[in-house]
Parts: sequence; C-alpha cells; structure tokens
Amino acid sequence: MTEQERIQKQRTERTRDDDVDVTVTAKKGEQLKGELDELLDEIDSVLEENAEEFVRNYVQKGGQ
Amino acid sequence: MAIAKILGIETEYGVVGGPDFDPTTASSLIVNAYAQQGRTRISWDFNDESPGTDARGIVGNGALAPMIETHLANTVLTNGARLYVDHAHPEYSAPECATPQEATLWDQAGEEVMRRAQLVANESLAPEHAIALYKNNSDGKGNSYGTHENYLVDRAVDFAAVVRAMVPHFVSRQVVVGAGKVGSETPFAAAADPSYQLSARAEFFEEVVGLETTLKRPIINTRDEPHCDAERFRRLHVICGDANMSPVATMVKLGSTALLLAALEDDGLKDFPSPPARPVRAIRDFSFDPSLRTTVEDEDGRRRGAWDYQDELWSLADRYVSRHGGAAVAGVDEVRDILVAWREMLDGVRDDPESVADRVDWVAKRRIVEGYRERYGLGARDAKLRAIDLQYHDVRRDKSLALRVGLRATHDEETVRRAVAEAPTSTRAFFRGECVRRFPDSIVSANWDSLVFDVGHGPLQRIPMMDPTRGTQGLVGPLFRDNPTAGALVDALNG
Repeated sequence: MTEQERIQKQRTERTRDDDVDVTVTAKKGEQLKGELDELLDEIDSVLEENAEEFVRNYVQKGGQ
Repeated sequence: MAIAKILGIETEYGVVGGPDFDPTTASSLIVNAYAQQGRTRISWDFNDESPGTDARGIVGNGALAPMIETHLANTVLTNGARLYVDHAHPEYSAPECATPQEATLWDQAGEEVMRRAQLVANESLAPEHAIALYKNNSDGKGNSYGTHENYLVDRAVDFAAVVRAMVPHFVSRQVVVGAGKVGSETPFAAAADPSYQLSARAEFFEEVVGLETTLKRPIINTRDEPHCDAERFRRLHVICGDANMSPVATMVKLGSTALLLAALEDDGLKDFPSPPARPVRAIRDFSFDPSLRTTVEDEDGRRRGAWDYQDELWSLADRYVSRHGGAAVAGVDEVRDILVAWREMLDGVRDDPESVADRVDWVAKRRIVEGYRERYGLGARDAKLRAIDLQYHDVRRDKSLALRVGLRATHDEETVRRAVAEAPTSTRAFFRGECVRRFPDSIVSANWDSLVFDVGHGPLQRIPMMDPTRGTQGLVGPLFRDNPTAGALVDALNG
C-alpha cells in the first residue's frame, strides 16, 4: 500500500466512525454556524470601512 | 547531552501612517515614543554585531552582508528586549528565554509594547497621521518582512547536519503553525495562483541555504553571529516562519523546532526523514495547497505530503522525549504540553479543522475569510477578504480580528503586562533587564552579550555576558541584593 493509499484508508475509516454520531454532528454544526454568524457580525462592525482603499494603501518596504 | 535550547523571537511589524507617511519616520516615532515614556534611554551597542559572518565558514560569495543602520532609533528595555528600527519597520527582539512557553510570553509582551508605543506616538499626531501597526509578514504586493526565531545550538554539531535535519521541518511545519494568507503576491505563485495559502511567508523563499535575509531568502539562514561564546555555541537564525497571532501556535512552532534540535544534538541525523529533493518547491507547493494533498519527492525518491513529514517528525520528537526527557527544551509538564498540542493540531488540520480553529492561525483566518465570502457572495480575491487578512494581525485591540476569533491563550493579561516590564529570570536577559531597570543612568550602552557602565569615575567598564544560560536570577539575584549601586555591582563583578 502506498503512503497516499494508507492515508486515504485512515481518512475513510474515520469518516465511517463519525457517521454513528450523525445527529450530534448536525447539532454541533448548527451551533458552530451560529457562532460564526455572530463572529461575522462583529467583524462587520470593526472592519475598515473602505476595504479597497485600505488594502491599496497598505504598502510596506521589504524587510528581512 | 543536548545543550539548553535558549530561544527567542524577533518581529518586524508592518507600519502605516505617520506625519509624512514615511515608514522609517513612523517606525522611529514608535520606538522613541516608547523610550521617552521614561522606560529607557539606553542605546544599543554595535560592537559585537557581525551579521555578515557565514556559518558555512565562507564570506562573500556574491551575497550581500546585511546593513546595520546605526543612525536609527535603537534601545533596550527593562524586560531585556531590544526595540529598534530595522529596514523601515519597528522591530521587537524578545529577550533570551529558557523555554518555548517563556518565549511565547515575551513575544506577546512585544505585542503589548507595540500597542503602548502606538498609543503614546498617536497622542502627538493628528488623527489623519495616526500610526497603525501589524504583526504580519507581507503587504500583499510582494514586499515581505520577517518574524525570526533564534535557537542556541551546540557548536560541535556540524552545520551541514543542522541543514539536513531541519529542512524537512521548516518546509512542512506550516501545516500546524502557518499564519494563512489570502491570495499570493510573488511570481513564484503565479502558476499555482492559490486563493488561500497555509503560510504568509513561504512563497518568498528562493534558496535552501544562504546568508541573505532580504533578497533571495534562504530556508536555512547561515548568519553566524552567536551573540555569545562562538567556540561553544551557534545561534540558529530561522527566517522562514510566519508571525503567529495564536499563542499556542507560537509555542508549538518554538517547541517543535527546539525538540528536533535537541534530538539532533543527542542522537544525530539517523532518525530524521530524508529532505525533499527540491526544498524550495516543497515549501511553496505545500503552502499553495490548504487541502494538504500535495506530495513532494524526497532525496530517496519517496513521496510525502507536509502532513506526513510532520507526522514523522512528531514521532521522532516523541521518541526522543521518551528516551532523553527533553530537559534541554523545558520541564516535564511543558514538554508534554508541547507534544500534545502539536499532535492535536496536526490531527485536527487533517480530520476536523474546525476543532483546531482556536489554535491554528491559518484555520482561524480561513474560517472568517470563507464565512465572509459566503455571506456576501464575494469573489475569492475580493478586497474585503484581503482586508480581513490584514486586520487579523492589527495590533490595536479595537481593530484586531485575531483577538475576536477565540484563540486559546497561554498566559493571562496580568502575566503579559508583567513581562512587558520584567525580564525572564532564567537567562542572562535577567541581568541585562535588571541593570537597565535599576541603573538606567549608569549604563552607557547594552547589547546581547555585554553591558557598558559609566559609574561616574574611571574609564567606562564593559561587563561581558558570553554565556546566555548565566546571569539568571538564581546566579546574580544575590549580587543585586548586596550591591545597591552600579559602582558596587561593577566592583563586585570585577572583584
């Protein structure tokens, strides 16, 4: 078995294990999505207003 | 026996704003603002600086020795750090620390130093000239600046062995400690054209080994400037790392590298994996593929991904600790914490990235970049996403995104505040910091391996500190207690 196949096999096995807890995973997924939504709201409130200008004006001299 | 892995991080911060929008002026204002807060007026002593000396024993070879800019703001702090202007950036060089966890703390103290310096500097500037600082590594336009790690290495280890042992780690560790980056900015990334990378810094590397740090950057830097006894020690100057916002990532970056260096010193090269046949291609190609599927061929013709290299190197470090205990790197508990965190982050990035979004910077950043892109249906190269990338690294508390994504802390705020003022007690940084704190008016200049005193009579007196493991609180604490003046201290040391 090649290294790639071995990793693929490990990945597949793990996926199968996870299927057992499919309900828990779904619930956890919803919770994570809720948390991310809140975080994105917060990012909206602190993100530099003119992103294009901010990114364009961020110019550095090279260092080490 | 592996020698103590004394270590520390030096960080060039990105800088915008200032009275004339010139980065050198803004950087000088930052350094001077901090110095003029009464914390220090002691200048840096360049006597022992020789950044052009090459670890391979050759000098020149068409390479440019780095320039030392003596005319710019340059000072030493009571916590043993150096704060100065380097290449149009304010730079904080953390004091020498004894363990990865300590070095992580004094790296965070550096962020706080920059935060305070910025507040003070901006008090005297009009709002439209306010200076903002970023703990990152590039401007998205092809200009990069460094976050360098330094490790004390036994001079007895052949430099070629250091290169062979460490190249696999330096090209692959970005899987767990990469800071992430939206898009790319060098010609080397043009063909792959990644919309997101593991590492901010990887695409800037052009050589495997070399003396340069600003042009044709090498994965292994050969600057042989130990800032200590060169007969016994080498300072490995690692320039290929990213500026981490996640403290756990900083600890794992330092801890994994220190453990592998200790393993090399104790057991030699035999257990290290074969390096990639083309290391420069490897560090870039790994960075360009956050799916972690990319594999490269090693010198023996075997293919591996970055994850596989890290898996092997973790096992090597784990076996080393089982056999030797890891005391050269840290105490038993800390070494265990490093190995556990490294393993969890490694498994997490493969199996469930969300589970390590509180420790792995590239995962934390990608989570908000992708979330934002999906929410507003933006293109992969939208300026908003690049703005998120920049602002992830913003030093200001009210602007920083890294402070909002739920990164796990390694130290509480009170401990970080103490580390802003106080030096580590475990290395010669204690002696330096304590002298600066107690006798600021008697110290003419300072650098990594000496202090110059003017005690008011007689000639200036240089106190050498050639061993970074000495000058600790345990060794010199009683000297400070028994000698309350600079004159008495110098007499006692000369006695």
